[in-house]
Amino acid sequence: MFTYTLKKLAMALPLLWGVITLIFFLIELSPGDATDRFFTPETPPEVRQAITEKWGLDKPAVTRYGIMMLNLLQGDFGRSISQERPVFDIVLDALPNTLVLSLLSLIVINLVGVVLGIVQAARQYSALDGGLSVLSLFFYSMPGFWLALVLQLVFGLWWPVLPTSGMIDPVMHDYMTPSQQTWDKLSHLVLPGVALGVSSAASVARYMRSSLLEVIRQDYIRTAKAKGLPEYVVVLKHALRNALLPIITILGMQLPFLVSGAVLVESIFAWPGMGRLIVQAIFSQDTPLIIACFFILTMLVVVGNLVADLLYAVVDPRIRFE
Amino acid sequence: MGAPVTPQDHKPSPLGYVPGLGHLLRGDWPNAIGLSVQLLILIWAAVAGFPRLGELLFPEQGGSGLHPWIALIAWFGVVGLVGYTTWAGQQPPPPKDAVRSPTAELVKQFQRNRAGVFGLHIVSWMIVLALLTPLVAPFDPDALDVGGKSLPPQPGYWMGTDDFGRDLLSRSLYGARISLSIGFIAVGLSATLGALIGAVAGYFGGWVDRVSMWMVDLLLALPRLVLLLAIVGLFRSAGAQSLFLIVVILGLTGWMGVSRIVRAQVLTLKEQDFVQACRAMGIPDSRIILGHILPNAMAPVIVNASLAIGGTILTEASLSFLGLGVPPPTATWGSIINDGREFMRTAPWITIGPGLLIVLAVMSFNLLGDGLRDALDPKLRGRA
Repeated sequence: MFTYTLKKLAMALPLLWGVITLIFFLIELSPGDATDRFFTPETPPEVRQAITEKWGLDKPAVTRYGIMMLNLLQGDFGRSISQERPVFDIVLDALPNTLVLSLLSLIVINLVGVVLGIVQAARQYSALDGGLSVLSLFFYSMPGFWLALVLQLVFGLWWPVLPTSGMIDPVMHDYMTPSQQTWDKLSHLVLPGVALGVSSAASVARYMRSSLLEVIRQDYIRTAKAKGLPEYVVVLKHALRNALLPIITILGMQLPFLVSGAVLVESIFAWPGMGRLIVQAIFSQDTPLIIACFFILTMLVVVGNLVADLLYAVVDPRIRFE
Repeated sequence: MGAPVTPQDHKPSPLGYVPGLGHLLRGDWPNAIGLSVQLLILIWAAVAGFPRLGELLFPEQGGSGLHPWIALIAWFGVVGLVGYTTWAGQQPPPPKDAVRSPTAELVKQFQRNRAGVFGLHIVSWMIVLALLTPLVAPFDPDALDVGGKSLPPQPGYWMGTDDFGRDLLSRSLYGARISLSIGFIAVGLSATLGALIGAVAGYFGGWVDRVSMWMVDLLLALPRLVLLLAIVGLFRSAGAQSLFLIVVILGLTGWMGVSRIVRAQVLTLKEQDFVQACRAMGIPDSRIILGHILPNAMAPVIVNASLAIGGTILTEASLSFLGLGVPPPTATWGSIINDGREFMRTAPWITIGPGLLIVLAVMSFNLLGDGLRDALDPKLRGRA
């Protein structure tokens, strides 16, 4: 398993290279560059020249690609053109905020989703199953950004109980006791977390229900029931392991999905994370910052898939790593 | 829906030739109401548009060129529906113990799922309304100040008006056309691509598998919305924001999920005995894939495609919400919500209404997909 992990990480290198190359040349092909914001139509050509040279944008694309790859190999992400700070610092500011938000959502999503799915499948066609199905379908079908706006409207405007923007109270936070500060941070997490996670939780519940129902119909489950085992043992011990397989596949895809959702949710809730950073970077055509963002995103996906693969082996002993 | 109907109950009667009335006579209310109201709307569109049909042959200057086409579609709809019911009424009822054709079996299985039928009703309603929008919408979607600015929902302005005084119901109806067509075309593109790539990768394994899954990993490593954001955001000044390009970009970035599902399915299927038997009989690989493996792997593809239509509508709405969708002033659901964001305090209906429409549309595609899955999956059939 250890060699498998190493092998998977080694296989991530061409993936990273592919993503970075794809994005770099996508940026190159697009019209304009990050220095456009320094210029007005009256900017004298020599100033233009100097600024372009300062950021190394006068060299041909292939040369800059080579320089960038060499720097990346040494762990140097370069300087952001739009914020004029080292990219590494910018990302380091934003990444933990996003990870807190999405990991918390991830855990809650899967726990809630799996439990709801099991309950529904075990009592198929009951009123509970029907009600939960309608509810999860409703939330699954909801655009996250719209849910975020409605949550802001309801819990920020009509019934103002929760903060609707930022990570901490900008004025009062420094004057709070430690326990109040913790509560302040947690309360700022609630609405973005809900807006980010509700549709994923609903989707996990839907997958869990259908996958468990599929497993329950198989012959070995009938055998287990015929042996006289109680229903909870059949469901939780015999059926659950096989039914979890598709859930684990989704688990690997959830992290990037959450980051994707975070693009909108973070913009709406003014959450200073990767999602907002990516949007800013793309709109300012800040090549080093965009590349760094996509680097981080790709790493998140690789790690997510690796965790899913390893979990796969835990649940399904038929799968061996070759 | 309603009471189960045995073939013997189905007496041909002249009224049964009118779509919907036959269902009504049998007490099948939901289908009766849905079909007859849709037929009435179609007939109305056909009659209202009739005088303008001539424009198709002799195009006039300054005519919109749209209404005659809609009228023509409505005529085909009416003639087709009535023709079909007449034809079906003439058929002798099948004997009680007749073996149903696979299609009839599928229809029957689908009709047993009430949620799926409900989804199909909503979807067909949306398609009819989207086709006939210019006739149904009370106002021009871009007309300013049709009765007052920021009116709350009220008779005459069922979804209210926005800050420019544009009628939100009309804008939402036109938005539905954009969202639905984007959903259908993009998903058709991506599901076909994904199923083929996944089946080939899973079946042949080796370097084919490695290369295509590397591509899948590469594209999946970029969350779809972020990738779309990058493409449309970077190229927005070069004209990437057109309806056609957005559909193509959505289609080309949506196939990876399907191909992974199909590949996983094929990996288990190809070890099963019936595939081994096919190989032993010397059936060519292409026929094993297309004729034996893909049909067994189709159920998740179809479920995935119907869910993907919903997902694509959501993604398009997100892009529009960020201002990167179909360019203004074309109304889409996402862009109306985006417009309403500034006025959340004073006019929340601008935001809430189109959002509920998105939920309804996505939900009905999901219901339809679930119903189709249950009807298509022989493993689930008859045991539910």
